[in-house]
Amino acid sequence: MTETTSTPRTYRDYAQPLWRRLLVSREGAVIAALVLVVVFAISFVPHFAQPITLTYLLLDITPILLIALPMTLIIITGEIDLSVASTMGLASVTLGVLHQAGMPIPLAGAIALVVGAAAGALNGFLITVVGLPSLAVTIGTLALYRGLAVGLLGTTAVTEFTEFWTDLAKSKIAGTSVPSVVVVILVLAIVFVALLHFTPFGRGIFAIGLSPETARFSGVKVERTKFILFVLSGLISALAGLYYTLRFSSARGDNATGYELQVIAAVLLGGVSIFGGRGSIVGPLGGVFLIGVLASALRLANVTSDVINIITGTLLVASVVATSFLAWFRTKRARPGKKTEILAVAKG
Amino acid sequence: MNSFTKGLRAFVTARETGILLALVIVIAAATIKNPTFLFSSDGFRDLLLTPSILLLLAVGQAIVIITRNVDLSVGSVLGLTAYLTGRLFIDVPGIPIIVVFLIGIVFGGLLGLINGALVAFAKVPALVITLGTLYAYRGINVVWTGSDRINSSDMPKEFLGLGTQSILFIPVLTIIAVVVLIVAAWYLRNRRAGRELYAIGSDPDAANLYGLKVTQRLLVAFVLSGALAGLAGVLYAARYGTVNSQAGTGFELQAVGAAVIGGVAIFGGSGSVWGAAIGAYLLLTINRALPILGVQDFWQRFVVGILIIGAIVLDRVLALRQAKRLTVARNI
Repeated sequence: MTETTSTPRTYRDYAQPLWRRLLVSREGAVIAALVLVVVFAISFVPHFAQPITLTYLLLDITPILLIALPMTLIIITGEIDLSVASTMGLASVTLGVLHQAGMPIPLAGAIALVVGAAAGALNGFLITVVGLPSLAVTIGTLALYRGLAVGLLGTTAVTEFTEFWTDLAKSKIAGTSVPSVVVVILVLAIVFVALLHFTPFGRGIFAIGLSPETARFSGVKVERTKFILFVLSGLISALAGLYYTLRFSSARGDNATGYELQVIAAVLLGGVSIFGGRGSIVGPLGGVFLIGVLASALRLANVTSDVINIITGTLLVASVVATSFLAWFRTKRARPGKKTEILAVAKG
Repeated sequence: MNSFTKGLRAFVTARETGILLALVIVIAAATIKNPTFLFSSDGFRDLLLTPSILLLLAVGQAIVIITRNVDLSVGSVLGLTAYLTGRLFIDVPGIPIIVVFLIGIVFGGLLGLINGALVAFAKVPALVITLGTLYAYRGINVVWTGSDRINSSDMPKEFLGLGTQSILFIPVLTIIAVVVLIVAAWYLRNRRAGRELYAIGSDPDAANLYGLKVTQRLLVAFVLSGALAGLAGVLYAARYGTVNSQAGTGFELQAVGAAVIGGVAIFGGSGSVWGAAIGAYLLLTINRALPILGVQDFWQRFVVGILIIGAIVLDRVLALRQAKRLTVARNI
């Protein structure tokens, strides 16, 4: 797109060497904060350095890590999906009800995944075909899917699951304290990194977030891309719902209530711009780990773990305000002649 | 066409009328099935009383959404103020009730001011800021409250009476909510500052170029939303008598849902507080009507979801028809 402008432009952010860009980027800041917290916790918090801490940390943040992947892509296109936690609940109930009726777990799980994908497809249909704002649509389907889940199972819970599968959800990789579910996360993370950063589809996602019109005129299939992303989001949310159900051996309608805000907070903390067009997979994953490590360190230090709410909120607000302040500071510092191009960078 | 038919026409074609009709149908259906839903003193009172607190939140939310922002922190502000209300009665024996109301409103307004300042000065989207303060305010509440809770025995009888008493068969809570609604509607419709909120929501850049005081107006919108949530918090304490650290959790999405059902466009610039208020009434009245109509109350949220989706699809269809009509009119 830059080729079409007549005067050559140099973007200051990209004119710097790679290592400096990495160091001053939001992803860099999140990872640095994460390392600091880990070092601090290992040195001062009793029992934090034990392997069991790592096991429980990873088991706890797995659903958030999973959903953060598609959520990042959706937010980069400038949309949002608030219905993910409800889809988790719906998948959980689907698995529970079908298994209770005598269906083996693999089949019931597969159907639950299809239900999740269908839930995502309905979101995608309303947003891309009917043309409704995603914020309003997914507030609606947040209530809709949760209502369906609660309606199907009422206040009862299904707690009888085949031991093989519930054990698998909690199992560790032989000889380590790392849960085996990490393999799934790693594979999916690599797939999403490849998808976002190394395919035309991924470049299209950024283009849509920067300007949907420009993307359309450049040949990006805007509607199709968004639709695929919402289906992916539903599918992965259902997968997280299955994991949640098996880990706690409990399928309930209100499973994972409120997870949507936790996921979005972590993604935004990881440097993804809510305006779209900016972000990476690494940042949000760092964000999830940062919040998770803080929570587990606080719990071990016997600080009431509810403080984590204050920390999550303050971190989120501080990180976005700091970014905004830095952009403002750079425009102030810039010489008059350079002002316009830096403004363009700051607006991103 | 005289002014009466004009007014009638405006009423019939208004977006709010459709949602009002839906509300009337729900009440009528529930009443036919079980006459005590409307025709008993308890039924009538609950019908008016239950949605009053959400109505206040929905009015505040509508004001913020009209400026193309959103306030997700209202549930946390409500919870924090409700606990503050209880603490005031415990820690300051004999404190006048009106002072508690004032402190609650001012405190809520301050929390709203924090949101507004971060949004208006740091130029960060309200969705992010208020998501952050949703957590932060709730966290402060949880740390402050701990496992403590306010019980009705901690608060004076006259105060608790406000939550249940009626004047001329109309609950006090409802009167407060309706007065706030009328003032807010008048402000948005007739005052310059109110009209400017719509202008900012329609096109923030244009409003800025035109010389409107965008920053100042946004601050006012968030302070109003916070103050109304503060008032709702005080009333919550009066109505329910017990307050723990989770009071008001999830109210933010109900308030946004009520505004959306009532025809307030999520991208700002259109809608009215009337619509949001009727949306709030419809949301909670349906909850109460479903069990009477033979639907298990587990399905409440499902119906709410259908309502929200239905409302935004309807708005979309109406907008498309309007655009078509305008195009035709232009081409003649």
